[in-house]
Amino acid sequence: MKADTNEQVLLKGLANNDSRAVETIYRENFNMVQAFILNNNGSYDDARDIFQEAMIALYEKAQSESFVLTCQIKTYVYSICRRLWLKRLQQLGRYTNQVDSLEETVPVEEDLEIHEKRNAEFAIMDRALNSLGEPCKSLLEGYYLRKMGMQELASNFGYTNADNAKNQKYKCLMRLKKLFFAQYNIGE
Amino acid sequence: MDDILLLEAIERYLGGDMSTEERTYFENLRKNTPEIDQMVVEHGMFLHQMDMYATHRNLKHSLHQAHTRLLERGDINEGGELSTRGRVIQLWNKYKRVTAIAASVGGVIALFISGLALYFAPAVSGNQLQQLSNDIEAIKKNQQYQGSLINEVQSKLPAGVRFISGGSGFLIDTKGYLVTNAHVLKGNGAIVVNSKGKEFNAAILYVDTERDLALLRITDKEFIHPKSLPYAIKAGKAELGEEIFTLGYPRNEVVYGIGYLSARSGFDGDSLSYQLQMSANPGNSGAPVLNNNGEVIGILSTRQASAEGVTFAVKSRNIYAMIDELRKSDTGFAKMKLPSKSSIRGIDRKKQITKVEEAVFYVKAFSK
Repeated sequence: MKADTNEQVLLKGLANNDSRAVETIYRENFNMVQAFILNNNGSYDDARDIFQEAMIALYEKAQSESFVLTCQIKTYVYSICRRLWLKRLQQLGRYTNQVDSLEETVPVEEDLEIHEKRNAEFAIMDRALNSLGEPCKSLLEGYYLRKMGMQELASNFGYTNADNAKNQKYKCLMRLKKLFFAQYNIGE
Repeated sequence: MDDILLLEAIERYLGGDMSTEERTYFENLRKNTPEIDQMVVEHGMFLHQMDMYATHRNLKHSLHQAHTRLLERGDINEGGELSTRGRVIQLWNKYKRVTAIAASVGGVIALFISGLALYFAPAVSGNQLQQLSNDIEAIKKNQQYQGSLINEVQSKLPAGVRFISGGSGFLIDTKGYLVTNAHVLKGNGAIVVNSKGKEFNAAILYVDTERDLALLRITDKEFIHPKSLPYAIKAGKAELGEEIFTLGYPRNEVVYGIGYLSARSGFDGDSLSYQLQMSANPGNSGAPVLNNNGEVIGILSTRQASAEGVTFAVKSRNIYAMIDELRKSDTGFAKMKLPSKSSIRGIDRKKQITKVEEAVFYVKAFSK
């Protein structure tokens, strides 16, 4: 009993970061979440934050190999948002009983745990990259994140040849790895 | 410089950019040099992290873009000058409470007058207590249900029927007599599904709305009568503080829950039921509540809407009372014998569950 084919196609699109699929899912679900957040002490910005977080969680789920969504996208997104928002409210000390509606939700705790663990890893990577300083940060981002060629990077950054750029990249990478693993291993 | 070359080699190896020869050579090197092997593993993991980080960033970016595009097109609104709809929502939010209070003041006056007439009746107001049956129509959205609905229409159900409600039920006699809550059976027909997902036709024999109990009988030829039931139905009282457990169908699969008996009477002093501390969900209605000895002490029925985990169960002796009443009017029930001895006393909980599970069914009511 999987989600119907149309939804499967959408999820596949999302897993590949296809902008049409992203937009469709966004359009079909955002207003519902926004209404929920606004009705429960939230602002427009909160709604946007929470919804995008849920989209990322859905994306992560769509990517995993053991992926099966046993309910509609709508239900899943709503459940995630509801959970996230309740958590946020609790952290802010703004918890209200009124949130306890009996609308249909599915259990998402496990997925959220995975999602939060990933978020923590991304935060470590983010911090590590940002504390590198320039030109290291841009050099590594260019090579590893944007997958640019060494030659191209060398000319962009004004190195006389690709070997020098490679040398610099190596030093930067070693620093990044050190920064990353120092944090990452504490987290384990 | 050697390190740089080595790292480059590792990256090419991990990226699958090596020729077969080079690859074999490198793999040999890996096998023979633990340090290099370690570096490959570590770097592989790091690159994977980087990749995930990159896709995560890209996704955030495209979400941001989608948001802006949809906002421009007016598919979504964020208040401000783009639309007035947001403002209406905000206004509604702001004055929602005032409106609600005004409306309820009017309502209270009306209710007060009619309430005077009902004052002496022990009826419970519906919004404080919540029945734990599933309103299947309301959750039709759920794909899972829809899927199973289609299956059932093909198999056991006459064409053109609609599911109205659902809950749990359990056997009280080896001949296929099954007890559930009266409020579970909102329609005029029912089928039951066992824990393996097999469906059986059932007949509604008796509905006792006062006790909130109902009696069904599995009429299906495919139903294999069990030789005995694992639990006993307790005729006496249950103890305050007794540990209890339940098996029910808040979803298509049997779900286990535990708690304890927290009061000898139910909501607002209702002497027909117990109060339990246990979380329960719509669909748990009609599920048996058992103690550690494997005796059914009650039938899960409602929960308090305003409090977390406060659940109520109809006392098991009401089953005896209902059957006694039936015996008086119908001699067919004379031979019916409720199980009085539990065969799962003192055994491991997991084993208890496996036994009890076989006698607990998902009840689905439909109307023709």
